Amino acid sequence: MTYITKPRIDMPEEAVNEVGITRRDYEGVLSTLCAGCGHDSITAAIVQAFWEMSIAPKHVIKLSGIGCSSKTPAYFIEGAHGFNSVHGRMPSVATGALAANRDLVCIAVSGDGDSLSIGFGQFGHVVRRNVNMLYIIENNGVYGLTKGQFSATADPGSKARKGEVNRMKSIDPVAMAIALGGSFAARSFSGDRDQLVPLIKAGVTHPGCAVIDIVSPCVTFNDHVGSTKSYAYTREHYYPAIQTDFVPPAAEIKAKYDAGDTLSVTLHDGSVLLLKKTDPDYDPTDRSAAMKYLETHSRRGEVVTGLMFINENLPEMHDISETAELPLTHIAFNELNPGSQALAELQKRMR
Amino acid sequence: MSERINDFVLKIATVNGTGSASANGLLMKALFRMGVPVTGKNLFPSNIQGLPTWYEARVSHQGYMSRSGRVDVMVAMNAQTYEKDLMEVSPGGFLIYDSTWPRGEMSQRDDITVLGVPLAAMCNEHFSVARIRILMKNIAYVGVLSALMDIDRMVLQTLLEETFASKPKLVDGNLQAINLGYDYAMKHFSCPLPVRAQKMGDNSKHILIDGNSAAALGCVYAGATVGAWYPITPSTSLMDAFQGYCNLFRKDPETGKNRFCIIQAEDEMAAAGMVLGASWVGARAFTPTSGPGISLMSEFIGFAYYAEIPSVFFDVQRVGPSTGMPTRTQQCDVMLCAYASHGDTRHPLLFPANPSECFDMAVQAFDLAERLQTPIFVLSDLDIGMNDWMIPELTWDDNYQPDRGKVLSAEELLEVEKFYRYLDKDEDGIPYRTYPGTTHKGAFFVRGSGHNRYGAYTEDPDEYQDVVDRLLVKWETASEMVPEPVLNKAKQASPFGIIAYGSSDGAVIEAIDRLAEEGIYADYLRLRAFPFNGAVKDFVESHEPIFVVEQNRDAQMRALLILETNTNAAKLIPVLHYNGMPIPSGCIVDGVRGHIEHEVAA
Repeated sequence: MTYITKPRIDMPEEAVNEVGITRRDYEGVLSTLCAGCGHDSITAAIVQAFWEMSIAPKHVIKLSGIGCSSKTPAYFIEGAHGFNSVHGRMPSVATGALAANRDLVCIAVSGDGDSLSIGFGQFGHVVRRNVNMLYIIENNGVYGLTKGQFSATADPGSKARKGEVNRMKSIDPVAMAIALGGSFAARSFSGDRDQLVPLIKAGVTHPGCAVIDIVSPCVTFNDHVGSTKSYAYTREHYYPAIQTDFVPPAAEIKAKYDAGDTLSVTLHDGSVLLLKKTDPDYDPTDRSAAMKYLETHSRRGEVVTGLMFINENLPEMHDISETAELPLTHIAFNELNPGSQALAELQKRMR
Repeated sequence: MSERINDFVLKIATVNGTGSASANGLLMKALFRMGVPVTGKNLFPSNIQGLPTWYEARVSHQGYMSRSGRVDVMVAMNAQTYEKDLMEVSPGGFLIYDSTWPRGEMSQRDDITVLGVPLAAMCNEHFSVARIRILMKNIAYVGVLSALMDIDRMVLQTLLEETFASKPKLVDGNLQAINLGYDYAMKHFSCPLPVRAQKMGDNSKHILIDGNSAAALGCVYAGATVGAWYPITPSTSLMDAFQGYCNLFRKDPETGKNRFCIIQAEDEMAAAGMVLGASWVGARAFTPTSGPGISLMSEFIGFAYYAEIPSVFFDVQRVGPSTGMPTRTQQCDVMLCAYASHGDTRHPLLFPANPSECFDMAVQAFDLAERLQTPIFVLSDLDIGMNDWMIPELTWDDNYQPDRGKVLSAEELLEVEKFYRYLDKDEDGIPYRTYPGTTHKGAFFVRGSGHNRYGAYTEDPDEYQDVVDRLLVKWETASEMVPEPVLNKAKQASPFGIIAYGSSDGAVIEAIDRLAEEGIYADYLRLRAFPFNGAVKDFVESHEPIFVVEQNRDAQMRALLILETNTNAAKLIPVLHYNGMPIPSGCIVDGVRGHIEHEVAA
C-alpha cells in the first residue's frame, strides 16, 4: 500500500547533488502498480532527472488526475507537495497553482484516458494557454483500473485482451499538442531511459507547456499479441527521430558531439538541448514539417520518438496575462488592499 | 389621481440594443441626485438586440427597495409590447408613447391618461444619422419625463457633462434631445403630473451600485489575486468589475504589471479546478458563476470539501432548472449549494441581501474559507447582482488583516517532528495546512481518495470514518463562525415569525409595515448564513407559525430548516414567488394575511 514507507537504506558515500541531497530524496512511497509496469520506469526516469537537475523538492509541485498513471506522483519526490485531482481535471489545478505562484516547478502526470478522453478539453486548453509545466502522458492505450477498456489512444485494429478489435481512430497527443499551437511536444518509450531523462529535463526547463507522450505498456491488460502498445510491438516499431541530450547552463558540453550531427537549442535559462539527429531531414522547429513527419510514420505503423516540436519563444500564460514577476502568493496584503481612502475616492463616481 | 410625490413606479418599455440603458441610467442617477431614495430593476431578455426589455425605477420617500407591484407612469416605446404595457398601468396612472406612429386600435383604457409624444419624428427632424436618431429618441423621453415628473434638468445636464467629459460634442446632442422632449411636454401637457419627483434629502452618503460590482470590490479588498471563471449570465459582470478594479488598484507601480491573474477558463469545471489549485498554493482565489456552473463544478466542490481546500464560489442565482431563464432572478440554488457534490458533503453558505452585504460577505467568505479550509458559497442573485441599488457608502477598516487560517510557516514546521495534514490538534475539527514552496517538511499529498488523519491513502474503515467524523466537528465550528441572522422585532409582541434571506429582504420589510397597518404583527429573522446557529434555532422554536419567504418553487430554505433544526414542519408556512421577477411586497402581504384568515376561519 502507498502509505507503507519504503525501507530506506542510506549508503554512507552515496552521491549528493548541488542542493546536497541524494537520489533517494527524490523517491517517494512504494509503488502499488503491477510488477513490470512501464509507469514505474518513467517514475525512475523522473527521479533521476530531478536529482541530476538539483531542483530542491520544496520548489516542486506534482499533480495528476485519476488512473494508474495518476497514482505515480506519490512514488517520486516525497518532499514535494502533491495534488491527486479529479479525473481529467489536473490541468486546471496546475493552471491555478501556477497562476498563484509562478516560481513553482510543476510536473504533472496523466494518462491516455485522463488526458485524451475525460480530460481532452483541459489538455487542449492547458497546451493552448502554454502554462509553464511538464505534462507527462503515460500512454498505454487502455483503462487499467477498470480492467481493460480501450482508451482513445488505442490504435485502429488493435486487440483487447479478450480479442475485441478497436475500430475507431486513435488520438495522437503529440500531433494534437502541435496542432493546438503547443510549444513543446515529444514522445518517448518507458523502456528508453536514455532518451527519457534528457527529454524530462528539457521539458522542465522549457518555458511553457512541455508535453511528453510516453508509450508505457500495460503488462496486465495491454501486453499481448494484437496490442500496438505492448512491449513487443513498441520495441519492434520503435523509431527514434532524434536523440536528445540536455546540458545545464553551467556545464561544458560541445566536445562530445560532432557539430554536423547535432542541432542545439538554447533555452532561456542558458541550458542547451542537444538534438542528435538520426534522421537527417528532421527539424523540430518546423511545425508543419513535424506534422507531416508524424503522419508519414504513423501510416507505416512506426512509433516516432524524440523531441518532435519545440518553439521556446511562444509566450507562456503569465507573459500573455502580463502578471507581475513576483509570485502573487508573495505579495504582501497591504500591496493588494487599496485602503479606505481609495474606496472613498472610488465611490465619488457612483453618485 | 391623487398626488404621489416621491412615491411612484416608473416603468420604461423599450427594445434591447437601442441604447435605452444609458437613458434609463441617466434618469436613475438624476433621481438619486435629487436626494430621493430610488432603486432600478432591469427586466431584460436573454438576447443581444431586438427583443423587449423593461426598466423599472421605484422611487420611495420611505426608502422601500422592492417592487411594489404597481406602475404609475409607463413609457411605452416598444410597439411590440404596447398592449401589455398599457394593461399594466395602475388605475389613475399615465402612459407615454411615441405618437409618430398610430397606436394599435385594440386596447383603450379610460382609467388612465395616455400622452402621445412624436419622439421619432422630432429626432428624425433634428438629427441626421440613423443610429443617432435611435439613441436620441431614448434621451428625448428623458426630457419628456423631466417636464412631466419634475426631474431636475440641471441635474441631467451635469450628469451628461460628467459622462461625456472627454467628448463634449456628445453633451450638446444629448442636451438637445432632452430639450426637444421637455419643450414638447411643457407645450402640450399640464406639467408637472400629480405623480412626480421632488428634491428631498441628501444622498451624498449613499451610492448607486449593483451587487456584482460590490462583490468584485470585496474580492479586491479581501486580497484575492486569482479569479477563474467561465462567462455566464448573470455573474459575468462580477468578473468584469473585478478586472476593472484590478486595473485601477492592482498594477505594480513600477512595472505596470498585474498583481492579479484572471483566467477565462474553458468551462466551469476548469474554473473550479483553477480556484482549487491557486488556493492550494496559498492565494485567495474565487470564481463567479450561476446555477448551471455550480452543477458542473460539483465534482471539484466535493473534492475541496474532502481534501479541505479553501475556495470561494459566488453563485449569482438565475432561474432554473436547466438553462431556465438566464436573465431572470430566483433563489433556486440553496439546496444545490448546501449539499453540492456526491457523498456526504455540506458547505457554508452566505446570503447577501444587497450590494453592501455583497461587499462585506465577499471579504468574510475568504476569511471563512481559509479559517475553515472548505468551499464557501456566496449566494447572491440576479436582482442583487445586476440591478442598481442605492446603499450607504461602503466603508473599509484599514486595521483589517485577512484571516489566513491555520497555516504553518517554515519556522513552525522546523519545530514539529513530522507534519501531518489532517490531525485535529485544536479539537475544533480544523487541521493545519502548509503551502507548497515553503519547505519539504510541510509536503503532503492532496487527494480526493480515502485518506487517514495523517494524509495517507487508506481503505481502512476506521481510518476513513475518523476523518469524515472530524469534518462534522468542523461543521459545528463553522456554525459558530458564520454571520449571525438579523432579528427585527415586531412593533407589538407576536407569536408570528417571518424568515427570509437575500434579495427578499426589501419586500419583507415593506410587507411587515403594510401588515402592521392591518393589525398583523410578526417578528422577522433574516438568515445570513448556513449552517444555522443557535439564534436561528431559538427563533424557530419560539415562533408559530413562521412564514418562510423565498424565491423558488420548492421552498428550499424551508426544507433546509426542517432538515437541520428538526423543527415541526407544519409550523413553517411557505410564502413563495418564483416567476423570475424580483419578489414584490404584495405577494408576502397576501401570503401571510391569507394564511391567518384561513386559520381563523378554520
